[in-house]
Amino acid sequence: MFNSSSWEVGPILRALMRNKVGALLIAIQIAVTMCIIVNAIHIILERQELMARDSGIDEANSFHLISTGFANDFNEQVTIETDLNTIRALPGVIDAVQINAIPISGGGWSMGLQTQPGAEFDGVGTAVYMVDEHVLEALDLELIAGEAFKPTHVRWRERAQTNWPDQTIITKAMAESLFPEEPWQQVVGKTVYINDNEPILIMGIIDKLQAPWVGWNNVEHAMLSPEKTLFSSSRYLVRTEPGRRDELMPKVEEILAESNKGRIIRDVTSMMDTRERSYRRHGAMIKILTTVMVILTVVTALGIVGLASFSVNRRRKQIGTRRALGASQSAILRYFMLENFLISTVGVVLGAALTIGLNIYLVQAFSLDRIDWYFIPLGMLVLWMVGQLAVFGPAKRAAGIAPAIATRTV
Amino acid sequence: MFSYYLRLALLSIKRNPILSSLMVAAIALGIGASMTTITVNYLMSADPIPHKSDELFYVQVDSWDPNDPYDEPNEPPDQLTWTDANNLMNARKATRQVAMASSGAVIEPHGQDSKPFNAGIRLTFADFFPMFDVPFLYGSGWSESQDLAREQIVVLSRETNERVFGGENSVGRSIRIGGNQFTVVGVLNHWQPVPKFYDVTTGAFNETEDLFMPFLLKEELELPNGGNTNCWKSPEGDSFKAFLQSECVNYQMWVELPTERDKQDYLAFLNSYADDQKALGRFPRPLNNRLSNVMQWMEIQEVVADDARIMLWLSFMFLLVCLLNTIGLLLSKFSGKAAEIGLRRAVGASKGDLFMQHLVETACIGIAGGIAGLGLAMLGLLGIGSLYGDFAENLTSLDLTMVAVALLLALVSSIAAGLYPTWRACNIAPASQLKSQ
Repeated sequence: MFNSSSWEVGPILRALMRNKVGALLIAIQIAVTMCIIVNAIHIILERQELMARDSGIDEANSFHLISTGFANDFNEQVTIETDLNTIRALPGVIDAVQINAIPISGGGWSMGLQTQPGAEFDGVGTAVYMVDEHVLEALDLELIAGEAFKPTHVRWRERAQTNWPDQTIITKAMAESLFPEEPWQQVVGKTVYINDNEPILIMGIIDKLQAPWVGWNNVEHAMLSPEKTLFSSSRYLVRTEPGRRDELMPKVEEILAESNKGRIIRDVTSMMDTRERSYRRHGAMIKILTTVMVILTVVTALGIVGLASFSVNRRRKQIGTRRALGASQSAILRYFMLENFLISTVGVVLGAALTIGLNIYLVQAFSLDRIDWYFIPLGMLVLWMVGQLAVFGPAKRAAGIAPAIATRTV
Repeated sequence: MFSYYLRLALLSIKRNPILSSLMVAAIALGIGASMTTITVNYLMSADPIPHKSDELFYVQVDSWDPNDPYDEPNEPPDQLTWTDANNLMNARKATRQVAMASSGAVIEPHGQDSKPFNAGIRLTFADFFPMFDVPFLYGSGWSESQDLAREQIVVLSRETNERVFGGENSVGRSIRIGGNQFTVVGVLNHWQPVPKFYDVTTGAFNETEDLFMPFLLKEELELPNGGNTNCWKSPEGDSFKAFLQSECVNYQMWVELPTERDKQDYLAFLNSYADDQKALGRFPRPLNNRLSNVMQWMEIQEVVADDARIMLWLSFMFLLVCLLNTIGLLLSKFSGKAAEIGLRRAVGASKGDLFMQHLVETACIGIAGGIAGLGLAMLGLLGIGSLYGDFAENLTSLDLTMVAVALLLALVSSIAAGLYPTWRACNIAPASQLKSQ
């Protein structure tokens, strides 16, 4: 049964050569479709990987807000102390800190740290978070080496003040970038320099905390500076017990707004919303590319259905004749399935070349990553299957053509 | 003859409703996808001030770190220091010049029931309004002398005027901003350049500011820094004044230079200014000053997002697939008409006549696809608007140009798709088709 003559590759090829254009059209469609789909999936996976990164803080149960003083008699220092005490005492609140910038929010402060003093040496860029001793609890950070801040470490920072506290806690990633030669545990107790020559002692290391800028290459670089700020606007980050965030957000806003009329409370935002906002364009790109992929596959499949139906209709008489001469229904079915398989093969081979070509262009023009090699055979397989599925309907109909049709004239 | 072809085309389309609607759908999908991305790219790369974008120049002087360029390979900083902004303003070497910065403060409206709110501020100079053709609803901008006198005056955006004064003509009224009394001198009409070219440092498609006030009030009232502040060395001292005098960049500057000669003169002036500063011990880097006109600056700042460009290319490939599809479908359709074509040829229609007839038919399908595609593009833009939120707010409206482009693209691409099938159909030998009848 499965000898080579029953596979009819020769006759199919000869028939195809008589209608090159139709077959070529399908092949090119398959090739371009494969090229788009594989590159789109590659971009989608890349974006999903970005979006899946952990910021290091308890995002699900945290929110933040801004308090801006405007009254002439606004006492910022007293307000901040009172606010933090009030928030921390609320039932359901785990802890809260004043912080100069919110992780993954897009806006923040960066500095360079260097291992040798002097303007001629390069620094390692890092995000700066100005926080007090409540930071580990409020941000849900794990101290993996060294010591935590104590209340005595924390100072007040004026708006135009330029010097820095004597201690810092940095992330493990930052420790590894600063001292690539040494294990991170040994970075505790080392002195680094800020502003070219101002010494700072690394007193602790935390496991993970992301910078405010999600598109930054060094997003894992962050340092904690033990200070509270008097910048006329303050950000508070509040961490609640699981499930109590939504109930506490309006409550905290109201309590703070009522407690002091010389300031406004604004931008009360959950960390989940902040994440959604920061990654929105990636999320959007994923949705758009997914839509494009689905529509494109449907269009290509419909094209295959259309052309296959047409070629079946044109060959009704031939099919009838073959059936009358003894070809089985499955032989007819196999003929069209195999014909499509051959066309698809040309398509996916061409598609593989196009896919690599587009990827090379995307890598050069938009500094995307290279495609993993196994995307290509997977894409080929998928397009083969789409072709076979699409052609099955028309082929089935062809197989159903009655042998008697051969005897009719038109 | 044309109307006869049109009637034939409609007849033929009606005879094959499924095949015809498949073709219209394929073209519509391709046009819809491409028009959505073309519109977003078109708006992102639009010239925000077309009649004078060649005469407005963004000023960059290299005041940066001797050891490292501001940006690789050797880019000068994208903003100025307070010192340079003021020196260049005082020099008055251009037809018009504005230095500016962003800031923020709390506005306290008069009424007891209206709550104080935070407002975005643009600190700038008198030339800002005439230079950028800013439209006024009431009053006007301020004068150079008011800049120098550091008068506490303010121009409100239309929205701010509505919020604080209920939309009345508020010129001459007082308003409390950041704890200080200001006098309103003007109210803007709606103004939203896309991109917001005059300051793209925090995003090229942000809303315009809520209010505009004289630049020098920054020093007078110690207003906070908005936007990005970058320093290569920290200020010498802890006062606000020390910060202003530092090498930190936070200010943007534009000059209006109507002729090429003016531009060359201004660049020469910048270079001699930089030399003067070197003599004072500043500007440790080699001379590297730049003037970029509006569109050049948008290019340098990479205002068109990479994602938008990737989507543009993908959507063109999408259109290609849809057109290949249409070619295939047209081939089937026309070869089904072989008998009819043979008959018409036999009774005397020339190849050219038949070619025209089928081209009209293809064009009809193209136009229908184009109109349906416009509908899809509107849906697509709505989708992009909801996916990207306020980032894309000013980037998702179809204007007349885009509608024309869509229809033209549909027409041209469908005719291009129809050429080969039509040509093949017309080349049918009449006899071969008539024999079997």
